Amino acid sequence: MTRIKLTVDGASVADDVEPRMLLVQYLREKLGKTGTVIGCDTSNCGACTVHVNGRSVKSCNMLAVQADGAEVTTIEGLAKDGELHPVQEAFRECHGLQCGFCTPGMIMRSVDLLQENPKPTEEEIRIGLEGNLCRCTGYHNIVRAVQHAAGGEVTA
Amino acid sequence: MTATQDEVSTGSTTEATGSTTEATGSTTGREIGRERRRKEDARLITGRTRWTDNIVLPGMLHMAMVRSPFAHAKITRIDTSEAKAATNVVAVFTGADLADEQGALPNAWPITPDQVAPAHPPMPADRVTFAGEIVAVIVARSAAEARDAAELVDVDYEELPAALDLKEAAEDKVLAHPELGTNKSALWVFDSAEAGTGGNVEEAIAAARTDGIVIEREFRQQRLIPAFMEPRSVVVDPTGEQITMWSATQIPHILRFLLAAVLGVPESKVRVIAPDVGGGFGGKLQTTPEEFLAMVIARRLGKPVKYTETRSESLMAGHHGRDQWQRLTLSATKEGVVTGFKVDLLADLGSYVSLIGGGVPVLGAFMFNAIYKFPAYHFQVQTVLTNKTWTDAYRGAGRPEATFGIERMMDELAAELGEDPIKVRERNWIKHEEFPFTTVAGLEYDSGNYEAATAQAMASFGYDELRAEQARRRDSGDRVQLGIGVSTFTEMCGLAPSRVLGSLDYGAGGWEHASVRMLPTGKVEVITGASAHGQGHETAFSQIVADRLGIAFEDVEVLHGDTAISHKGLDTYGSRSLVVGGEALVRAVDKVIEKAKPIAAHLMEASVDDLEFSGGRFTVRGTDQGLAIGEIALATFAAHNLPDGVEPSLDSDATYDPVNFNYPHGTHLCAVEIDTETGAIKMRKYTCVDDIGNVINPLIAAGQVHGGLVQGIAQALWEEAVYDDAGTLVSASFVDYLVPTSADTISFDVGHTTTPALTNTLGTKGVGEAGTIASTPAVVNAVVDALRPFGVTDIQMPCTPERVWKAIQGAGAASTEGAAAPHFSAETGMSGTADRTEGAGQ
Repeated sequence: MTRIKLTVDGASVADDVEPRMLLVQYLREKLGKTGTVIGCDTSNCGACTVHVNGRSVKSCNMLAVQADGAEVTTIEGLAKDGELHPVQEAFRECHGLQCGFCTPGMIMRSVDLLQENPKPTEEEIRIGLEGNLCRCTGYHNIVRAVQHAAGGEVTA
Repeated sequence: MTATQDEVSTGSTTEATGSTTEATGSTTGREIGRERRRKEDARLITGRTRWTDNIVLPGMLHMAMVRSPFAHAKITRIDTSEAKAATNVVAVFTGADLADEQGALPNAWPITPDQVAPAHPPMPADRVTFAGEIVAVIVARSAAEARDAAELVDVDYEELPAALDLKEAAEDKVLAHPELGTNKSALWVFDSAEAGTGGNVEEAIAAARTDGIVIEREFRQQRLIPAFMEPRSVVVDPTGEQITMWSATQIPHILRFLLAAVLGVPESKVRVIAPDVGGGFGGKLQTTPEEFLAMVIARRLGKPVKYTETRSESLMAGHHGRDQWQRLTLSATKEGVVTGFKVDLLADLGSYVSLIGGGVPVLGAFMFNAIYKFPAYHFQVQTVLTNKTWTDAYRGAGRPEATFGIERMMDELAAELGEDPIKVRERNWIKHEEFPFTTVAGLEYDSGNYEAATAQAMASFGYDELRAEQARRRDSGDRVQLGIGVSTFTEMCGLAPSRVLGSLDYGAGGWEHASVRMLPTGKVEVITGASAHGQGHETAFSQIVADRLGIAFEDVEVLHGDTAISHKGLDTYGSRSLVVGGEALVRAVDKVIEKAKPIAAHLMEASVDDLEFSGGRFTVRGTDQGLAIGEIALATFAAHNLPDGVEPSLDSDATYDPVNFNYPHGTHLCAVEIDTETGAIKMRKYTCVDDIGNVINPLIAAGQVHGGLVQGIAQALWEEAVYDDAGTLVSASFVDYLVPTSADTISFDVGHTTTPALTNTLGTKGVGEAGTIASTPAVVNAVVDALRPFGVTDIQMPCTPERVWKAIQGAGAASTEGAAAPHFSAETGMSGTADRTEGAGQ
């Protein structure tokens, strides 16, 4: 067991974890942050995407011990003071989700994409989201949602 | 579709604050047709979700599976001693341990009385028949420890010859289940001459051979994997009076019934909950070994257990879809009027006959005639057992295969005639003034307007301009050739009239149930037996109730997916929720209004005959006297002043059995650019005009079409479940099974025409499967259209760059040979990954 200390969605947490425990397992099993989900075993689907120190990371692709000292934000910590993040609002507004399983990862990746490139073209959005799979929407409305968020006031 | 509308923004504000409902709630007819943002989204975009894998119960144990690496093998010994001794392992079970209690998984649709089907134990004791079959279950205190211990189980196998190739299996060369003596499960036949719905197809073909056109083709429907994003998960809590199962399933009601029937547990002692479910596409329309084993083991141990599959387990052991060979013969006059169509199918069941897998091709039997009115038709399917993963419903289930067959053939006929493929279709389709129309397959189509949908699609697509560009590129010998693909479609959805299902030997009915609970505060709970997993029932059904009852959208709460709340239902598949479940809901609401009427009359001291109900209020004709439905609900709850003999309740139920299927249709047009030097395909434009009747929520309907399109396009271009020569699934991860990404796809031009259905009150038609059904042939027709000048007449799906390139190189006869070869072999293995970038449409 290894002791780790980090900040998750604004709260300080400390735990003893097995060195092999993945960050996503730590979030779900130790912290009950079940908003972040697991969709595959090969880091293809991106459903588990969270922010580590402000950048999007597939949390199945990182050990919990590697997040020691980090600031982690999950889908559950994205809204601030009861206000949805503009990207969350855009996904709802543009019907950018159906079953919603890929949505946490898709939103966290989109937020980071817009940080890197606040006014992306459709092609830049499509390439920027390539690491996140969705089986329901055909991506059409996910692309619209990111465009919508880019046109609005995107702060984060 | 517009992203922002004042109307919709107002709706959002109302939902968020929940305080201004009266302002929006009192006008009838404001909700249906409105692009309401979804109620479901509030939890889904914030992570407040209730997936089965999230559930944690006191003392809960975790299961892990040991699965067979062999397609067909005898289990000679299983040593579980080391696994049993591992840290925090509570129990290890083999098939022999559970033989007396695990039962056999049900087949609800034996398509013929003499169907051959092997027994399907959830965990076999002595022999495995596909790679991925469960041979042992570990139960441990954590999921990680269970998986660790699974590695410690030592199984000795004696490998047996495996039946892997569908055509060879149909010849009984190697037997998937030697004890059955054959791989041939059932032969199901429909013949229009025998059924009295049309003429003799052999005579039509013979006539055309002497004085007409006969087109003969063989097409492959490759094996696909539904690949829903949420892996299947099940939790069973045996500690209460009712045993509760949470499962990531499309069918909580059917599952409850079958758990009880198979395991001998009283149905009243079983509760099934489908909480948030992350997609299904038919893939969660199953009763699974994992669910049955979780139930049996939880009862045995008296403790809650959980099992969540890995993605690889999901791709290997969750049921697959499609997998047919289609031998088709179409006859026509010299003028291009189709006179007959003969369909001969081989369908791969995999190693077991699944819940409704045998019936999937039978659903296609009624759709190969599609929108056309040819007079003679013969259909037959031979279902075949192999040593591969079992197959069952995948989005469209039988109807995509049928639509592909006929729409590819219509293009081949057009090529033979040297005519525009749309003209040939028009010559043969049912004209709008000919509805209702009884088809050669015996169905009565109630409504449709193929001319209108096609004209709108052609205009929006820029059909004539693209044909002109195609001619220019052909003339100049451009390296990049343009292909234009056409597909029309109709489908039978809204499964299904119970009597029809009975006549097809299906094991259940096709009705749906709804309840309306009128709460004393004027709020309304609606319960539906349709179990949503991404379709937006909570929103669309709220819109229907809000309009019909004249109350606010926000005042309706839709409950579903828990057999303790929704005690009756037949769940969600076959584009049935709205057209069957929605109609049940309409009828339940109407009963509420009927029950409220005498109470309203009594309270207002008026005659029932003088009352009108509109906008949520009963009014006395000719006066300004009125009562809102909510006021009547409160008075009924108090029950102080009700008419004699009237029960103090407005709550109502309705169970609706449809009288007919429901027939959406549409025209899809696709333009692809093909680099003739590399074989790379780039999608240029995709236009579809679907006629789904009246639309409850255009935003949700368009979303259903978008997602369906990409699944259908993926079949045409990318996806295939590939087995190696030993029967191991090679594409058992998302590295190898090419679910398309955002970078592979394009934005779609989606429109609709409106010909209301005549068979339900709302005039709606199904939409869930429409995109998938039409897009596959549209894309393949486009690819073949681009390559016809090279002498190419077919490319086997998925149309990978390698297959396209080979077809161009080989041309003519050689292209057929190329098409028959597996696209994924040792030397070309890497092309599977390269497809994603090279073959990607932008």
